[in-house]
Amino acid sequence: MNFAIVTDNLGRVYKIRGGKKTEPRELVALQDVQLQVKQGELFGLLGPNGAGKTTLIKILTTLLAPTMGQATVAGYDVVRQAEKVRPRINMVSGGESSGYGLLTVRENLWMFAQFYGIPSAVANWRIRELLKIVGMSDRINTKSSDLSTGLRQKMNIVRGFLTDPEVLFLDEPTLGLDVGASRDVRLFIREWVNQDPRRTLLLTTHYMVEADELCDRVAIINQGRVLACDTPESLKNRLQKEVLFRMQVSPLDSTQADTFESLPGVRKVTHRAFDGYAVLELILEQDDALGSVVNLMTTQNIHILNLQKREPTLEDVFVDLVGRSMEEVEKSGYSEGNQ
Amino acid sequence: MSSVNLRTTSSFSLKPESRLDVMIRTFRLSAWLGWQIESNWADPFLFAIYSLIKPLAGAAILVVMYSVITRGDFDSPIFPYIYLGNAFYMYVGQVMTGISWAVIDDREHYKTLRYVYVSPIHYPTYLLGRGVARFLIASISVVVTILFGILFLRLQIDLAAVNWGLLLIALIVGVNMLAMMGLILASVMLLLVHHMWGIGDAVASALYLFSGAIFPLEVLPDFLRPIGYIMPLTYWLELMRRAMVGEVAMAFPTLAGYSNGQLMGILIGMTVAFALLSGVIFRFCERRAKERGLFDIVTNY
Repeated sequence: MNFAIVTDNLGRVYKIRGGKKTEPRELVALQDVQLQVKQGELFGLLGPNGAGKTTLIKILTTLLAPTMGQATVAGYDVVRQAEKVRPRINMVSGGESSGYGLLTVRENLWMFAQFYGIPSAVANWRIRELLKIVGMSDRINTKSSDLSTGLRQKMNIVRGFLTDPEVLFLDEPTLGLDVGASRDVRLFIREWVNQDPRRTLLLTTHYMVEADELCDRVAIINQGRVLACDTPESLKNRLQKEVLFRMQVSPLDSTQADTFESLPGVRKVTHRAFDGYAVLELILEQDDALGSVVNLMTTQNIHILNLQKREPTLEDVFVDLVGRSMEEVEKSGYSEGNQ
Repeated sequence: MSSVNLRTTSSFSLKPESRLDVMIRTFRLSAWLGWQIESNWADPFLFAIYSLIKPLAGAAILVVMYSVITRGDFDSPIFPYIYLGNAFYMYVGQVMTGISWAVIDDREHYKTLRYVYVSPIHYPTYLLGRGVARFLIASISVVVTILFGILFLRLQIDLAAVNWGLLLIALIVGVNMLAMMGLILASVMLLLVHHMWGIGDAVASALYLFSGAIFPLEVLPDFLRPIGYIMPLTYWLELMRRAMVGEVAMAFPTLAGYSNGQLMGILIGMTVAFALLSGVIFRFCERRAKERGLFDIVTNY
């Protein structure tokens, strides 16, 4: 078995300098990460903002030194053999608008292709083809400073694929793209990996659907730790013996929602408040437990507006592993890690 | 969405490159990029006007100050000393600061540093290449300034007596020396996240005082004079002046005891020392920047 990416007890601790009166502190961004990504695999890192996904990508792309453990990409150590790793990889970070604004789209892309030693004729052919795919053929001679943020992001996605790397790292590639563009990018990503078994792609996302739809395997990461790693189906099958309900109810606060978790047969309850109503996601051990939840709601004068039994999703897997939804983790800032 | 097979449609395979090939490729590209950045911010006509007016404005300030202080004594040997020193000093600001500025520009402005750095290039060579455009612009400025001085300010330069060979060699060695100083400054920039915007100019301004650019080192207090003697800029400016107006340079005692060959030897030796030092400092700063995660930080400071 050929592995494109291997990490062994990989960790990263940031030292945060204190102010004049405060002591410096340490922030653990990654700890004991053990991953083996097979060649030809489309591998996803799923986790909330600040979980450590970007830190991991920075280490694997030779931008950042780990503070413990080691990692290899395409068979080479990312610290000691960085110059051997670099010709074999490329990376794109979503949600940003990098690029030399004074250069046209073609010039920007051509220059990066040259950085990888790709002959001009081949680079120009690829630029035309890839711009066609992302619907930017008519912008080839537009200065990148004149592009919208979304178009600049598409240009950067093209930059990543342009060099046809052995291992491509996409950090939140669809962040900030509209629905249609995100769908197109996801389709292209899947197709690109399928076309050649030597291509490996590691993408980070905090969109459950993206991870579920796209990835061969997914690692769920929170607070710098990999909590689970498997195919999306296998991860969801973990919850197959549980019963999942989504309830739309009259407004209630999170303390009230927490009381449901103490009921027998109730494993997890997450709560999201909306204008005029709330949504509860229930993970129950059996159907019967629903009765006690409904009874408690009645005593607390909470009205059920809608009730739906559903199949488990990766969101449920995350809740099961972390105890809270990804949205709750992000809101609370509980998950620290990224810088 | 149509499909594309990037690998099968490309009838080439990337050949392994030697380190030298990588460096040449990197230098060529970054020089091209630097020129695009420096020359594309305005239309060509405006750029040409700017390239002419900027150095003349700088020289005019100095000339007016000189004229007021000396009551218009343009025949004194100190005038070509100051004028040429000031003109050649433009290379310092442009080349040294220009190379270090590439780090800030890529990291903070274009947000491309991370992508440039993880590509298979030789990064120190990339930084040096980014200085090429600044060198060309500085060269235009220096020529314009000197011609203006000859034509309109009675700057006494006999073009037939100019030691062109010495000028060319000193220029080549000197620009390499400035490039190495620029690389050191760029390396330090990799570690700075605050207050980095003005550091290049601050260093160039400090060197202006101690390098004998606009006054001989004898003017400095005794305890400051050694700073001038340990800086290669001092020897370089002296050589450039001697190449252009030998007798004027000899009129000042600072380095009068040294022959051209000795000065060149000192300059080459110091350039080699700075080259070695820049390599060590770059590797140290690169390692520290990777440890601290500074390659893709955007401070908006």
